[in-house]
Amino acid sequence: MVARVRVPAVVRPAEVFVVRIAIQHVMETGFRLTDTGRPIPRNVIHTLAVRYGGQEVFRAELGSGVAANPYLEFPVQAVASGPMVFEWVDDAGIRGSETVAITVAG
Amino acid sequence: MALDAALNRRRWLRTMAGVPLVALAPARGQMPTSGPAIGSGYATLLPEVTGGRPVRAERVHLEIPELADNGLSVPVRVRVDSPMSSEDHVRSITLLAEFNPRPVLLKVHLGPHSGRAELATRVRLAVSQRVMAVAQTSDGRFWSAQADVLVTESACLDAS
Amino acid sequence: MSRPSPARSGLVFAGPTVRALQADDFANPGMLWVERGQKLWSEPVGPSRRSCGSCHADALRGAAASLPAVDAATGRLVNLESRIQACQAQRQGIEPAAHESDALLALSAYVAYQSRGMPVRVEVDGPARPYFERGRASYHRRIGQLNLACSHCHDANWGRRLGPETISQGHGVGYPAYRLEWQALGSLHRRFRSCLSGVRAEMLPQGHPDYLALELYLAWRASSLPVETPAVRR
Repeated sequence: MVARVRVPAVVRPAEVFVVRIAIQHVMETGFRLTDTGRPIPRNVIHTLAVRYGGQEVFRAELGSGVAANPYLEFPVQAVASGPMVFEWVDDAGIRGSETVAITVAG
Repeated sequence: MALDAALNRRRWLRTMAGVPLVALAPARGQMPTSGPAIGSGYATLLPEVTGGRPVRAERVHLEIPELADNGLSVPVRVRVDSPMSSEDHVRSITLLAEFNPRPVLLKVHLGPHSGRAELATRVRLAVSQRVMAVAQTSDGRFWSAQADVLVTESACLDAS
Repeated sequence: MSRPSPARSGLVFAGPTVRALQADDFANPGMLWVERGQKLWSEPVGPSRRSCGSCHADALRGAAASLPAVDAATGRLVNLESRIQACQAQRQGIEPAAHESDALLALSAYVAYQSRGMPVRVEVDGPARPYFERGRASYHRRIGQLNLACSHCHDANWGRRLGPETISQGHGVGYPAYRLEWQALGSLHRRFRSCLSGVRAEMLPQGHPDYLALELYLAWRASSLPVETPAVRR
């Protein structure tokens, strides 16, 4: 699973900054059939959790109503320089993760 | 929308015709708030989300196109008026589409560390319908906004 | 020979959601394939442990803008995908990635992305001429139960409404492109298949010589339009 994360290169202390993440995933609804009529089992990324500064700062529970290759954008308030860790898991149990560095300065 | 989506919808309707509605409830442990059956609308859906507590149509701002180019990817942005302090903040935002097969699109959890109560994503809408965003604040109260979205079909069939 | 003038990208005929997605390189889901392609590009594979990057230092900047072209060694017309497949088989000694596979889409998107903004300019004379003529003939041939040629929509009626959509000039400069309809990135040849199913004609497999020739004719029609890969389309 390819994922892309974007955060500002540098943020000021207490600045509220925008985090964007996109993950390559079909987000299979479970309602589709193959050309031969077999149901394609549902497989969506159902949970995404984001940790930063020693705590969980964002959590999403996603359903099949989220578009394929899910995209999420949300704000986080800067506390200190350190890693921001994204972890997600889909219905097939496949896990993905991504880590970006948050740099607080000024 | 082309063929795929139109076909899939048709196939889906065909497939679902013989399925008892209860079978459409999500698997245990996934999306616990997405219980109600298709087409039951917000009258039954909303109490599931809020535990029957009142919802006030205030403080939530929902940005979504009135006319979606394609129901498979509709951009949506939600903002909630809140100081996002430890005493007074938005705990969660839930996006609902009452006529989707699974009407709870997603639920996100926020807190004072969010700084602002905002969320942007892209959702699937099975048909033209009213989309609703419901926010719960730290005092346990619920707030909402809604918007009608017209989902257009593609002119050409696509069986690629 | 007629072609729409001035040439206008399909983006011009797209709705606001599609235009916004393409304008934002982070929001554009096609960039996920470009990202994967970048990783594949530098991955050593096969008995020689050679990556694409070990031979092509500049990631073939500009190459996509001048394809399809006739391969001097074989005399055959090749497009970006078949070029990559040939490299995999002959230079890297691996099983070439299948048409429309995630790997081939990712690699071709990554390479085409290196030509983004560069004008399309293909050779249609010399050894390319027969392929060009074959492509032109395909483009103007009525096909399918709807008995339509490509030209009926994309030369004679572009800019007009068809249902909720506006008919484009049918340029392929954004491919591989992310189509909302597909919920994925797809090749230009998959797009051909979409159009053919639309007119209820028989779809040919990706990489078919007829599709390669048509791709050359389309590239000539699109001359001077910039490469947009990965474009977003409805």
